[in-house]
Amino acid sequence: MTTAPATIRRITGTLVEAGPLPAAGLYELALVGEHRLLGEVIRVQGSIATLQVYEDTNGLAAGEPVISSGRPLEIELGPGLLGAILDGLGRPLPDLARTLGDFLVAGGETSTLDQERRWHFEPGVIPGQVVGPGDVIGTVEERPGWPHRILVPPGRGGTVLQAAAGDFTVREPVVRLTDGGTLALSHRWRVRAPRPSALRLPDDRPFLTGQRIFDFLFPVAEGGTVAVPGGFGTGKTVIEQSLAKWADADIIVYIGCGERGNEMAEVLNEFPALTDPRTGRSLMDRTIMVVNTSNMPVAAREASVYLGITLAEYYRDQGYRVALMADSLSRWAEALREISARLSEMPGEEGYPTYLASRLGTFYERAGRVRCLGAPEREGALTLITAISPPGGDFSEPVTQACLRVAGAVWALDPSLAHQRQFPAVDWETSYSEYLNRTLPWFEQEAGAGWGDARRRLLELLQRGRELKEIAALVGPDALQDEDRLILDSARLLRELVLAQSAYSPTDASSPVGKTLALARLALALHDAARTALGAGRVFERLDFAPARRALIALREAGADAWPAAVPGVEAAVALMARGEAVR
Amino acid sequence: MSTLARSYQGAAGAAGPLLFLERTARVALGEWVTIRLPGAADRRGQVIDAGETMTVVQVLDDTLGLAPGEATVTLTGEVANAVVGRELIGRSLSGAGRPLDGLPAPVGEALRPINGAPMNPARRVRPSEFIETGVSAIDGLNTLVRGQKLPVFSGPGLPGLELAASIVEQARAPRGEPFAVVFAGIGITARETQGFLERFARSGALSRTVLFLNQASDPTIERILAPRMALAAAEFLAFDAGLHVLVVMADITHYCDALREIATARQEIPGRRGYPGYMYTDLATIFERAGLLMGRPGSVTQLPILTMPDDDITHPIPDLTGYITEGQIVLSRELHRKGIFPPVDVLPSLSRLMNAGIGKGRTVPEHRQWADQLYALYAQGREARLMAAIVGEAGLGAQDRRALELADRFEREFIGQREGGRRLPETFAAGWRLLESLPREDLTRLSDAVWEARPSAEPPSSPAAEPAR
Ligand SMILES: Nc1ncnc2c1ncn2[C@@H]1O[C@H](COP(=O)(O)OP(=O)(O)OP(=O)(O)O)[C@@H](O)[C@H]1O
Ligand SMILES: [Mg+2]
Repeated sequence: MTTAPATIRRITGTLVEAGPLPAAGLYELALVGEHRLLGEVIRVQGSIATLQVYEDTNGLAAGEPVISSGRPLEIELGPGLLGAILDGLGRPLPDLARTLGDFLVAGGETSTLDQERRWHFEPGVIPGQVVGPGDVIGTVEERPGWPHRILVPPGRGGTVLQAAAGDFTVREPVVRLTDGGTLALSHRWRVRAPRPSALRLPDDRPFLTGQRIFDFLFPVAEGGTVAVPGGFGTGKTVIEQSLAKWADADIIVYIGCGERGNEMAEVLNEFPALTDPRTGRSLMDRTIMVVNTSNMPVAAREASVYLGITLAEYYRDQGYRVALMADSLSRWAEALREISARLSEMPGEEGYPTYLASRLGTFYERAGRVRCLGAPEREGALTLITAISPPGGDFSEPVTQACLRVAGAVWALDPSLAHQRQFPAVDWETSYSEYLNRTLPWFEQEAGAGWGDARRRLLELLQRGRELKEIAALVGPDALQDEDRLILDSARLLRELVLAQSAYSPTDASSPVGKTLALARLALALHDAARTALGAGRVFERLDFAPARRALIALREAGADAWPAAVPGVEAAVALMARGEAVR
Repeated sequence: MSTLARSYQGAAGAAGPLLFLERTARVALGEWVTIRLPGAADRRGQVIDAGETMTVVQVLDDTLGLAPGEATVTLTGEVANAVVGRELIGRSLSGAGRPLDGLPAPVGEALRPINGAPMNPARRVRPSEFIETGVSAIDGLNTLVRGQKLPVFSGPGLPGLELAASIVEQARAPRGEPFAVVFAGIGITARETQGFLERFARSGALSRTVLFLNQASDPTIERILAPRMALAAAEFLAFDAGLHVLVVMADITHYCDALREIATARQEIPGRRGYPGYMYTDLATIFERAGLLMGRPGSVTQLPILTMPDDDITHPIPDLTGYITEGQIVLSRELHRKGIFPPVDVLPSLSRLMNAGIGKGRTVPEHRQWADQLYALYAQGREARLMAAIVGEAGLGAQDRRALELADRFEREFIGQREGGRRLPETFAAGWRLLESLPREDLTRLSDAVWEARPSAEPPSSPAAEPAR
């Protein structure tokens, strides 16, 4: 590519006009100014290119040099990513702290992967073997128990000339091809382009979240997409973090996109100390963090979601089940809007560029359960959980609407539930999941028969409860029939004891599906028992729910292994009620 | 930036707070500019659009009578800097850092760019140290911790500033470590400023305080500088001098209005209610400057105060603030009318860092359950109050009636408090008094262990337990 002696002509905010750059291509990177800030070409007009600069532009002056690199924004993929904390451009934040200090000033150059570290490579191919895109050529043990499969990069291939075991740095050749080409432990990929896979597979397996209200009422499939819209303080981040901790996935990529620095400190503080119940190892071993907080440069915030999803696709391609948490896509959309406004593009709704919806759509399409490219045959999944922050909590705004159109499940959060401290504050009337029917057979099979029935009954009761509540608000609960007062009470019990789940409970932060079903079934059984008691002539005011409540709480607060032992206690309390003996 | 100062005779034009220059050499974004006109005090400005053919300067002082053709414009070769240092403590400065107290300008220990730089998230320490504010609604139910940013959402005529003042007076660090207060007055009236200063002077807090005052009569654009000046000073005191710094900023609403005014002058496309689309990011560059850093002893805690226009919490100013800060303390007009001080509505209030700051070894082990129980009963009581307004109290169930009664007492006896503040044990005692007035079966959030270990269940000789009324 040409390297023209270009200079800065104009700087407004994060945008820089520079020229002459007649050969500049869209989305190519350039080094801007004396401190070599990273910028991306987003418009070319004649010999003038407009660059969005990924770092703080204060102090940058007109007349400073600009060097075009001819390469797009890429990430180096290879061993050493697990446990990493990267900024929106893929620079490890701990490395930046070493070179720049505690504050992020512009101009830190560093590579994503450790270039010195040697990894032990075990080849999986032999000389003479023909390899193609996505083929596994060998493995590296990235973290204890995590084989990192080294792939032929998409678009590459050839006949193996030589492949030997040994200790290598990430860019050293580990496999030589007969055509003179080499393959290394790492390869580069441009973050804005989806990584290819062989085949999309049906989304009929649930992605288990460990959160009762999601698994039971609004399940998401492995490879599915969820939008979690909610006003401030409704619990989006707590949901994203809970899933990152407890969801059944091999790898978690967590993108803090335009959110708080202290939340990142919290994750970095908690995760290394928590153990993954499936592997017994630190949660940080399966986690990659991409962090671009609200006060870090907006252009890098825009890029950070692409970086994160590329990392997720890379582990999916190795045959892992990956979950991507993005908090929050609204901040990404706002970055897009800021850049678009500075370009003086024709604004669409609420100032967002007209291509907002199509960009979002392309992003969500990168999720899925797939047969991976290449041999040996393997499956991978990328599940996408995206938080959305609607201004004023109003879901009719463009970003929420665009996400609702493409997401397969919606977990709508409601501030009034949050104000009542009913967490997760999921509005079960407006939330939905398109994966419900396809995943139901799995739940019936694995969690226990009757899952679908219990779900239907629980929703019915909640619905009846809501209707009666409206009536009670007009006539007073005292004026209701005993049967209706029971429904009102049971609906409340279901909300408080079955659907509510404290993220801070040491034993109930994650609920296995068996426990979820047991809680729901027993709470419904209690309702039926109380109806029986009423039928036998008991009056509602005198029914004593306290023992059953306590037993249900004990069940709810019992940990993953201890819960079955708490079931008989509830059953006894339910039987007492059915016999009409639970009275005050 | 390495350029030296350059002067130009005559500017190309002016509009509102903006000045336009043509053909400037190597002008830098954010560069500090001085504008001299015969017979007038020097004005200052900042480059907001740097170009070889046209440069836009945002003038920070009043532009009344500014004749662009007559002006001598100097590009200083510097970005906006603040003089920072321990000697600022006890001083009173304008929003742009000029002395207001008649003393000479501070020499300081360092010059720092007022915009600062983002803290590296990987170097942050997770905030977890309890700060006692003396306010039960905060200490008990919405606990503040060091390094947090917890705004007060006030309304026109509600005592947001008074609440902040009493917190400043009463705030106690857990182990009595050295601390300082930085106050940024942003567009507040002379009367508000006066009231605040008098209280500070009376309580002795003034000698530990740095004041940056941009009053309502001062140039609007200086409002953009004031919080940044204050935070540059606070960061030095915290991270270089090792103090625990509480930054109070009032009123963020005036700040946002100034931001809107400038955006309009620049003919930018307006966002919701005319505020610029980048207001979230802009506010974040202020609020995210709270926190703690590894290996550095001090901390920056922020207590911003804003006025919700029309008491509307969905207005862009409280909305965007709430999306950035770690919770909010919401004031209620209804409680204020009832004469309750501080009129904190705990239902929409929240401290997101509370969990890290309470519990065993920090406050008391049962803090969480105790708070959840009070909270749940109050929420139920408030709902019952709404229902009672329609069907009458008699139409409520017995338990709802008890919750309703509790809600009234909670507002008067727990939220409401006299001047001088409550120590934490008094806050807990006030809560327990309310809880103990109910039958055990209503206290569904309390485990038996917590119930049995409550303070008044201790041997009767304990003086801490006052009888329930
Ligand atoms: N599952 C839960 N269990 C207990 N508390 C919860 C739960 N979910 C949310 N909360 C409470 O709600 C608070 C706010 O939650 P969170 O920070 O996730 O909100 P958010 O939707 O991400 O807000 P924002 O958009 O401002 O980032 C938490 O600090 C916590 O106190
Ligand atoms: Mg959040």
